[in-house]
Amino acid sequence: MQLAYIAKRCGIFLLIVWLAATLNFFLPRLSGRDPVRDKLLQQAQLGGYVQAGIEAMTREYEQRFGLDKALWRQYLTYLHDMSRLHFNYSISHYPRTVNEIMAEAIPWTVGLLGTTTVLSFAIGTLLGALLAWPGAPRYMRVLMPPLWALHAIPFFLCGLILMYFLAFQLQWLPMFGGYTAGAFPALTLAFVGDVLKHAVLPALSIILVATGGWALAMRGMMVTTQGEDYVTFAEAKGLQSRTIFLHYCLRNAILPQTTALALSLGQILSGAVLVEVIFAYPGIGTVLYHAIRENDHFLIQGIVFSVIVALGLATLMLDLLYPWLDPRITYRKA
Amino acid sequence: MHGTWEPEIAPMGSMSGLAPVWSYLRRNRSLVAGLVLLSTLGLFVGLGHIVVDTSRSRALSAPAIRPPSLQYPFGTDRQGRDLLAAMVAGTPLTLRIGFIAGFLGVGLGAVLGFVSAYYRGKVDALIRGIVDIGLTVPGLLVLIIIAVSLKGGLTVDQMALVVASLAWLLPTRTIRAQVLSLRERSYVEVARLSGMNGPEIIVKELMPNLLPYLAATLVNAVSSAILASIGLEVLGLGPVDSPTLGMTLYWVNYNAALINGWWWWWLAPIVIILVVFLGLFFLTVGLDEMANPRLRREG
Repeated sequence: MQLAYIAKRCGIFLLIVWLAATLNFFLPRLSGRDPVRDKLLQQAQLGGYVQAGIEAMTREYEQRFGLDKALWRQYLTYLHDMSRLHFNYSISHYPRTVNEIMAEAIPWTVGLLGTTTVLSFAIGTLLGALLAWPGAPRYMRVLMPPLWALHAIPFFLCGLILMYFLAFQLQWLPMFGGYTAGAFPALTLAFVGDVLKHAVLPALSIILVATGGWALAMRGMMVTTQGEDYVTFAEAKGLQSRTIFLHYCLRNAILPQTTALALSLGQILSGAVLVEVIFAYPGIGTVLYHAIRENDHFLIQGIVFSVIVALGLATLMLDLLYPWLDPRITYRKA
Repeated sequence: MHGTWEPEIAPMGSMSGLAPVWSYLRRNRSLVAGLVLLSTLGLFVGLGHIVVDTSRSRALSAPAIRPPSLQYPFGTDRQGRDLLAAMVAGTPLTLRIGFIAGFLGVGLGAVLGFVSAYYRGKVDALIRGIVDIGLTVPGLLVLIIIAVSLKGGLTVDQMALVVASLAWLLPTRTIRAQVLSLRERSYVEVARLSGMNGPEIIVKELMPNLLPYLAATLVNAVSSAILASIGLEVLGLGPVDSPTLGMTLYWVNYNAALINGWWWWWLAPIVIILVVFLGLFFLTVGLDEMANPRLRREG
């Protein structure tokens, strides 16, 4: 039974990967644009000269990128490359490969996104649980309206406002980048401190908004759980309210919350991309922004594909964790 | 019997028609908050179109980078747009993207959700599978791939279509879940026994009962569509020559207006975007409460 569940989840993951690769391959080709020629023409215009051999150059590059073969051959090659996570050269940073560029950016994004997602999920879930608990201090009620309001605004908007007040006006924190320009990346205390200082604002703009969402969802679940018969029964048995809170309400309300986490990873990431862009944080989002500005198709595709795969993996792991969190699910036929 | 009923109903009818509405609105404060925020915005845009010359939202129609003054109440940007004119002209464009994409999304989502939940079986499994997979993928990135493939003169309406291409996923799921719980109700059973066919039951029995819920889903979809469109625009994939709110933010970011201290440039779009999102959010909450009065217990 459990094996069937795992197999099904893995199957869905592979399907997502295949769909992402296929979409990535066919969508740009539907528009009939030629990225290599576009890029060369753009460069010729920027350079202010007319390149006589531009057709020959286009052909040369197309051969290099394998763009001169039949469509189905290209598709198979593409799938093969994708399966080995080989994303070709970056057009705007040739001869650097897409993988090299991404490898530099990924740690930044994983660090920022991982920390903020875990923190906001944990704080939000706990806060939401407390908000619903009758035994919680009264002043906690005051938190509700700001949480509601915060949760409705996009991450990057919160980021812009924070940036203006904390970085521009008060100058408490740096405005841009992942570390001070010119600092030499090394594993020294000073550099790590610098990196952390630069991460505070982007992280805060995600945490402030996301925590509200998790708290509100958790509060809703807790209210529903508190109405269940088993909670009434536990109260009738005379169990301590702490025990009821932790083991009866929280334990059950946290299950749908985990499902929601798996479902909203994509949304969180979409929002975080924009946060990186406005803070010029050296992660995947900023690389993507520059790739879009420079029309670098291979880089855009590589990023989109790897992010979809990474998120698919994260969702898969949460899905596999779920039967462990909720023992009831294991005995059900998947 | 009939006679005793009349006098009881009469006072209700003789009351002013708005009284029940007022008393309801007093209870549903989220709905009021949403409506107030959005009508304020509507008023701003409406009056703005009368008072302000929106052609000054084009570049080079005003001196560059002027802080707010009597002549330019919201200031001007680096390309010489009068920001008040840009806001008056751009706000409806952004809302237009949201509404087109939201309506298309909820329309398609409603059809798929109803069909999926009412007929069950293989159709349901297929639709549910597609939605489940589609929802785990980060929407903005897929939209980026679509927009990049089409790049080169994306208009506001094309933008709406791009956003709509994913806007049906969430409505399909939520509407399906609602219909699933409704289809087992006894009045649906009665309709089935009295010989109504599937589409008839969906349109005549299920739809009316879900209307407030569909409205909440629609408002939510509009809000997500606006968010997605602003995201694409900030990344530089929007309609370059239109003064939508997202494009204004794109220029703000592009010209690093924040470091340069040109606060008026981003203040107006941010305030308006905040009003839009908060208004739509409170409207959704209010409509949700209307659709599901049980929620009131929680408040």
